[in-house]
Amino acid sequence: MTSVIEVRGLHYRYDDGTTALNGVDFRLEVGESVALMGPNGSGKTTFVLHLNGLLTGEGKVEVCGLTLEKKHLAAIRRKVGMVFQNSDEQLFMPTVIEDVAFGLRNAGTDPEAAATRARMALEAAGMPPAAASRAPYHLSAGEKKRVAIAGVLAMDPEILVLDEPTTFLDPPAQRSLAAWLAQLPQAKLIVTHNIRFAAAICNRAVFFQEGRIAAEGPVLEVAERFDWDFTPD
Amino acid sequence: MRHVVLDRWSRGASAVHRRDPRAKIVPLLALLIAVATADRAVPLLAFELVFVLSAGLWWAGVPVLDALARAALVLPFAASFAAIAWLGGDPARGLSLALKSYVSALAVLFVVSTTPLPALLGGLGAMGAPRFLLEVAQFLYRYLFLLSEEAQRMAGAAAARNASLRSWRGSGERFRAAAGALAVLFARSYTRAADIHRAMLARGFEGRLPTLSSGRFNVADGVFAAISSVLPWALRLVAAGSRQGIS
Repeated sequence: MTSVIEVRGLHYRYDDGTTALNGVDFRLEVGESVALMGPNGSGKTTFVLHLNGLLTGEGKVEVCGLTLEKKHLAAIRRKVGMVFQNSDEQLFMPTVIEDVAFGLRNAGTDPEAAATRARMALEAAGMPPAAASRAPYHLSAGEKKRVAIAGVLAMDPEILVLDEPTTFLDPPAQRSLAAWLAQLPQAKLIVTHNIRFAAAICNRAVFFQEGRIAAEGPVLEVAERFDWDFTPD
Repeated sequence: MRHVVLDRWSRGASAVHRRDPRAKIVPLLALLIAVATADRAVPLLAFELVFVLSAGLWWAGVPVLDALARAALVLPFAASFAAIAWLGGDPARGLSLALKSYVSALAVLFVVSTTPLPALLGGLGAMGAPRFLLEVAQFLYRYLFLLSEEAQRMAGAAAARNASLRSWRGSGERFRAAAGALAVLFARSYTRAADIHRAMLARGFEGRLPTLSSGRFNVADGVFAAISSVLPWALRLVAAGSRQGIS
């Protein structure tokens, strides 16, 4: 299989001296869906922020054959679609349609084509046509999440990275999101504490501990090994 | 979360709301110039314009009394200059300053309450306003909602622990807590701003905000703009003529 992400020996330390990543090796294959699990502060989000150059640590990061360096940043950011935990941070344009078209316009797509692709992405995300002209901050949490994902999918990335996608979503919305994500062809990397959500979408899980990948394997096996599910005694 | 009132008003569906932003910006400028340069019968002109603007607000479905009250927020600022003129022996000038300020504020409120701000900024951009200023205004507007939401969450959390403004009276400790909360509000907003910037970079942001094409200016917009631009000047002539007739 061809890898779309290859990471070797990734180290990262924050400005305050905190070592967030302590030598991470990771591969993501074409079409594969992987869950990133682990305690808070174990480096999961720090790791994914390296995949499109938002953070730059020491080590080797390759995305779709491109080494992560300044000259490849624009191309890599078109290949890696990142959905952040808080949708409000991702929805910054005045209307939904402009927000979904934002990435396309930055990539040089002309306004009419960008609007058309944005509408298609919104339809694929299950949003009604009337939502296009609404202000993003007037949407519900579930709607914001869908619009945020639509904004990323409109760019037709090869890899989807989702950081805690079920945050603020009620169970029906989580189920709906899981079903939608499962049928998307892109390779997916999902940071999540929600084992059932991860198991519904991902073929594999990696478990982060203290800035390193401590284990990997099928989602339920990794969760059981680290007692990583909430079950009342 | 409660959202800014003007934003709610601006998303109406009246004939005024449907006008192209440029059809409202040009008459606004015409009115502001007519008011600023008027030197005769200012009280009568102010009365006429307030009446016309109120009728326009009613037509647009905007709460008129609420809008008239909000326009009055400018008066404390105008009052200081009016007071200086009054104390300088020219009370008519002082009154004129206050009335002009109020009418100008009401006219701006009319445009802002019938035009979503993004559309308004788009109209200004189409008319040649500096793009950088418009982008800064757009971000400030977006942050207004963020700040409002953060403040509402913090206020709710404080109220859940029995904090209230009444309980702060006469208590230095509580006042310091409020000052600390304000600092936290700005710190949290700054962190949100950094996260938003990061999300923008992830989608290829390189310093300019791209927009989709704006609306088309049609015949109805042209007629509305023409009539609305001429009206303040016509009312100014009427007011001046009435004053001459009286004298």
